[in-house]
Amino acid sequence: MSTLTEAPPPLAPAEPEKRPPRKRGRFTPYWLLLPGMLWLIVFFALPMIYQASTSVQQGSLEEGYKVTWHFATYWNALSEYWPQFLRSVFYAAAATVLCLLLGYPLAYTIAFRAGRWKNLIMILVIAPFFTSFLIRTLAWKTILADSGPVVHTLNSLHVLDLTDWLGWTAGDRVLATPLAVVCGLTYNFLPFMILPLYTSLERIDGRLHEAAGDLYAKPWTTFRKVTFPLSMPGVVSGTLLTFIPAAGDYVNAELLGSTDTRMIGNVIQTQFLRILDYPTAAALSFILMAAILAMVTFYIRRSGTEDLV
Amino acid sequence: MPFVNWLKRRLVVLAGLLTLAYLLLPNVIVTVFSFNKPKGRFNYEWQQFSTDAWQDPCGVADMCGSLSISLQIAVWATVGATLLGTMISFALVRYRFRARGAVNSLIFLPMAMPEVVMAASLLTLFLNMGAQLGFWTILIAHIMFCLSFVVTAVKARVMSMDPRLEEAARDLYAGPVQTFVRVTLPIAAPGIAAGALLSFALSFDDFIITNFNAGSTVTFPMFVWGSAQRGTPVQINVIGTAMFLIAVLFVLTSMVVSNRRNKQKA
Repeated sequence: MSTLTEAPPPLAPAEPEKRPPRKRGRFTPYWLLLPGMLWLIVFFALPMIYQASTSVQQGSLEEGYKVTWHFATYWNALSEYWPQFLRSVFYAAAATVLCLLLGYPLAYTIAFRAGRWKNLIMILVIAPFFTSFLIRTLAWKTILADSGPVVHTLNSLHVLDLTDWLGWTAGDRVLATPLAVVCGLTYNFLPFMILPLYTSLERIDGRLHEAAGDLYAKPWTTFRKVTFPLSMPGVVSGTLLTFIPAAGDYVNAELLGSTDTRMIGNVIQTQFLRILDYPTAAALSFILMAAILAMVTFYIRRSGTEDLV
Repeated sequence: MPFVNWLKRRLVVLAGLLTLAYLLLPNVIVTVFSFNKPKGRFNYEWQQFSTDAWQDPCGVADMCGSLSISLQIAVWATVGATLLGTMISFALVRYRFRARGAVNSLIFLPMAMPEVVMAASLLTLFLNMGAQLGFWTILIAHIMFCLSFVVTAVKARVMSMDPRLEEAARDLYAGPVQTFVRVTLPIAAPGIAAGALLSFALSFDDFIITNFNAGSTVTFPMFVWGSAQRGTPVQINVIGTAMFLIAVLFVLTSMVVSNRRNKQKA
């Protein structure tokens, strides 16, 4: 990380950006792109087309499937599984909001307050990635166990009565309830929120904070008017990187939830791998994809940033 | 009220540390329970201290086999994705060409797609082609979803690179190959390393796409998933703890080494 590359002299010409830096070899970029792009076209784009085609096919495993433009599959799938769709959106949204609320203070601490602990905290945020997330998710079974200290404390503080009343938990249990699933989702995707937040907070010039203070802004006002608006790119990409995988996840719902907390991912997985009803599964997956893409596009337009990831 | 003021000033840091605790708690549990001696088939309740699992980490049938399959897939997926991704990043940053928008969106889309959608659609492709599900289909899928992350990491690094450094090399009579190997590659290396590391972690830990496209091949995450139904052996925790420690040690050593190098330069 030489300082040479990161701090160009102030008089650097702005021109070179406009013309292509190198002209040698007209076909070079295409050769460089070819293998990777081919890979993505064959194993990412083409499967989407196959899936769209499968969703309008009819038939059986034994006799084979034929394209019959049977769009009723979509209607049947939606009318049967709309609760799971709604649940996925709710759980993912709840997890995203929680991730933002939990992740922001940590990203802020790393960016502005950590001092020489910065690198260590960064490592501790990333390191859990290297332990299989399934093992870590299973650890929540221990943490939230019926006889464990967490449930005991929540119970004696009568928090569980409140969450029971809200429908988040059932009786004296936390496991196998929506709360456990949302808690697992939040935990699993928290680093995806923290890292982009940190990146955009890190870029903020510390002198802006001083300037705000000099202009008699209280810390909270400084945060509201200076820091938070400047961290918007991180907030947008963080929420997307959390919401999208959370909406399609089925691991947390399966390991920490019950049959009442099944999300759309669980349905797609069961239809594909156990019931082997490929058209329905493909239709559900296609609806999920379309819904997510629509939401993402709308969200990016609204927040007015194209600067993702 | 000095205490209240003290608390007020450190409220953000305290909240941040609580989040850090939330992030690390499961790892603590995994580590502690790797020393457990469970009574039944499941390792969810603390019984008594024992180092049995650490002394015999491969004592569970098929677990170490699945670990080795996962490692092989992760290594090859990393090699493949890093190679293809680095080539794409150089093309994107250094050259002008047609269809740049299409290329960019084809790279962005896999990251904006829920994994289950990619998994399901890839399975329909493989079923339609009549492909034998197993090691190769998993590897193909892993290279596919790691590719975009490598491009993002490498692109950022190559973009922040000063083109004048390469011009200087060429002015000093370095040929194109020499310039690339001795100037471009070393500067881009941190980005490439970050992309490779990310690929390895993503591939090694992937469950959803693998679950759909694995056939009867069992990777380590799939072994854990299966054991969540059948009974979780303590050895799973041993592997989890060891991976965590190796990762932390690896990062710490590389930090110390790069610190020392920077000091030597200065």
